[in-house]
Amino acid sequence: MTPARGLLYAASAMLAAVLLAPVLSLAVAAADGSGALWPHLAAYVLPQAIRDTFLLLAGVGILVIGLGTGTAWLVSAFAFPGRRLLDAALLLPLAVPTYVVAYAYLDLMHPLGPVQTGLRTLLGLRSPRDLSLPDLRSLPGCVLLLGFVLYPYVYLPTRALFLMRAGTLLEAARMLGAGPARTFFRVALPLARPAIALGTGLALMEALNDVGAAEFLGVRTLTVQVYATWVNRSDLPGAAQIALVMLVGVVGLVALERLARGGRGYAGSGHRDRPTARRRLSGWRATLALTLGLTPVLFGFGLPAGYLVWAAWQRLLGTGLPETLAAQALNTVFYASIATLVTVAMGLLVAASPHLLGRRSGSALIRAAGLGYAMPGTVLAVGLLAPLALLDNGLASLADAGLGWAPAVGLGTGAALVIAYTLRFLTISVGATEAGLARIPSTLPDAARVLGRGRLGTLLAVQIPLAWPAVLSGALLAFVDMAKELPVTLLLRPLNVETLSTHLYGEAARGTYEDGAASALLIVLTGLIPVALLLRLDRDAAPRQSRSDA
Amino acid sequence: MLRLRRFGCLMGISLAFALVGQAESAEVNLYTTREPGLIRPLLDAYTAKSGVTVNTVFVEKGLAERVAAEGARGNADVIMTVDIGNLIELVDRDLAQPVRSPVLEAAIPAPLRDGDGRWFALSMRARVLYADKALSDLNAATYESLAEPTWRGKICLRSGQHPYNTALIAAFLVRHGAEKTETWLRGVKANLARKAAGGDRDVARDIAADLCEIGLANSYYVGLMRSGRGGPDQQKWGEAIKVVLPTFEGGGTHVNVSGAVVAKHAPHREEAVKLLEYLVSDEAQALYAKTDFEYPVKAGVAVDPMLQALGPLTFDTTPLVEIARNRKAASLLADKVGFDN
Repeated sequence: MTPARGLLYAASAMLAAVLLAPVLSLAVAAADGSGALWPHLAAYVLPQAIRDTFLLLAGVGILVIGLGTGTAWLVSAFAFPGRRLLDAALLLPLAVPTYVVAYAYLDLMHPLGPVQTGLRTLLGLRSPRDLSLPDLRSLPGCVLLLGFVLYPYVYLPTRALFLMRAGTLLEAARMLGAGPARTFFRVALPLARPAIALGTGLALMEALNDVGAAEFLGVRTLTVQVYATWVNRSDLPGAAQIALVMLVGVVGLVALERLARGGRGYAGSGHRDRPTARRRLSGWRATLALTLGLTPVLFGFGLPAGYLVWAAWQRLLGTGLPETLAAQALNTVFYASIATLVTVAMGLLVAASPHLLGRRSGSALIRAAGLGYAMPGTVLAVGLLAPLALLDNGLASLADAGLGWAPAVGLGTGAALVIAYTLRFLTISVGATEAGLARIPSTLPDAARVLGRGRLGTLLAVQIPLAWPAVLSGALLAFVDMAKELPVTLLLRPLNVETLSTHLYGEAARGTYEDGAASALLIVLTGLIPVALLLRLDRDAAPRQSRSDA
Repeated sequence: MLRLRRFGCLMGISLAFALVGQAESAEVNLYTTREPGLIRPLLDAYTAKSGVTVNTVFVEKGLAERVAAEGARGNADVIMTVDIGNLIELVDRDLAQPVRSPVLEAAIPAPLRDGDGRWFALSMRARVLYADKALSDLNAATYESLAEPTWRGKICLRSGQHPYNTALIAAFLVRHGAEKTETWLRGVKANLARKAAGGDRDVARDIAADLCEIGLANSYYVGLMRSGRGGPDQQKWGEAIKVVLPTFEGGGTHVNVSGAVVAKHAPHREEAVKLLEYLVSDEAQALYAKTDFEYPVKAGVAVDPMLQALGPLTFDTTPLVEIARNRKAASLLADKVGFDN
């Protein structure tokens, strides 16, 4: 073994240990409990919680697949006025945290809110009692809300796939006489399945691990039950037990999906595919296409963000901008940027590990990298407390043993936050990088190997440069997620550090979330910058596409 | 890409500075589950007066876990939280240390602090009845009566698993025993007009919207809404309701507390005690009353006029420690009757 390979193995082993640390620490906590909780849970909690969780995931799944795939098809298969704009706008809901959307919608849709008040005026009704609309605070309300906010997770990879890969096959289908509908269902959809699965997986994990919106809307998911057990009964072992069972379920489902897909992925073909030639729409068809495409943007972004702008403006007139806003924004960007850099570096290592360490250890590492995203943020943060404390004490004893000084990287430092962000969002970077690497035709690295480069050399000189756009797009997505991250930040941040999201949450928790509207808007803006970059990346990645088509 | 790299370098350097640049004069570290907006005025007043820097971190779920994990090397001096259950959890998990302070003992009545000085209540809030203005004859309202069938479909409440409701259910348990409490809770559940969700303010909002007629919520929200501090909308909600202090049958109004402990491994123990002593001074207690609309724990400090207008508060005398001991049973009971379903 060469020294470089030895180093590589050591780094991977260390990374694997770090990735597993929170799960192990949860397992230790869980083993502390007696299991006496389960009869109670089985009798009174689980039947309802499992049902609600299942319905929530099923509903959100259907919505994000429908909206994400439909809109991706719309912008990649058709040309119509406003298409380029729509292309960008469809990503906007990514920038808004779900619980903020929940607050905004309850304000909007409440009987005293503008929508119902307007309706009553229109209908000439006086009391809210005369107009009884379904309450947003319900399971269907939560499904709709999360579906319209989370669909970009499906839209983004599916659209990329349609743009990059589908051209030749779709044209072949069309030449063989398939109409647009048949082309979509028989060719495009099966082709996009890995991308749809990837995106839906992310969206469903977001939905499953969401606490803010679900709790606020009164939906009792399993995750909400973990919190009730832990917070209200001081039963950390019990909560850890539920969380671990859920984690096993999630990991099992992901494995099942991979199995069902039979290892099919974005297998690199020998040549670069042409992007789809778009069908030109005009007249009412064009208007319809634009309207359809803008609908999810309106519900997932336009209405809640518009409301926030209005609320922030009202506040601004009353109280002025909070002085601490700039510091919060800086903190947010600071921690998210550093963590993004670390995440990308780790993501490269993990995604490339099948090429470097062999398929088996590589895919094990890739799965381990998904653990942090597969559990609720607070659970991850709690799971990290003990390992971070261990690290602290280890370093302290090193310092005592004569080093005299130890770096502050443990609990209550910014480094802890960076570690936690990295663990939480590593899978996003890994997934994107993996897809990017897989898109490279295998002839290219093979050529490099034949010409005498080692595996590591090939990776650094050929594969990573070719996959760079995908790597960056993963980085940007991870950055957006970090900038709006709440539960991990709330539990692990250092003294005196407020980010935009913790400040907003502090205001929301005392019922004055409009005071936090400026912070919420800044989160959205911070999220918009990478989203805009994402789009440019994609456009550059498909350069041979005709620019005149819309 | 180059620009990104340069940005990364800059970030790295500033991180290094952030990690190294710590050398202060007198300071005290406060870990709190209270929202920064609520306690900032108090802390600023303290700093202005004493010159002591108060470093804070607002942690919500998991504060006790974090302090426990930080252990002997931890930074926490004072841990501040709401709800008696959360306060006593800190003591039960051995995260607090006993404090002997004549100032604290003189200012805080005995039922509102630990005999060994391991926890201290700093302010109080009552669980009061919000009601439609059109309703009359509510002055003799009891918590027990909320289960009566006359209220079918007319009550709005937040989650039965929220600490404020858990503490009330626990107080009911201490008073009436498990069987009667379960019957009561089923009755209240049957009377709900909507899902038990949202926050306390939503009770006022939903009453204003005619979704329900009555509900339970904390007393300080009345002040926060009616003062207009939450904006003009909330002011309307606050004015759309009337507020009554309900009691247990033959007893008083259920009261919960906000409070603090001195952390077991406090690196600045003396400063921690001084901060607590300030928080029960006349000045700070008046600020609690004025800015947060809470009931002061110190006798003789005036209650805010907006709360004064609700009438005299007669406390339920159930010991707070008893309420805390029963919170798990209360939480399980809320599950059992499917209160939040």
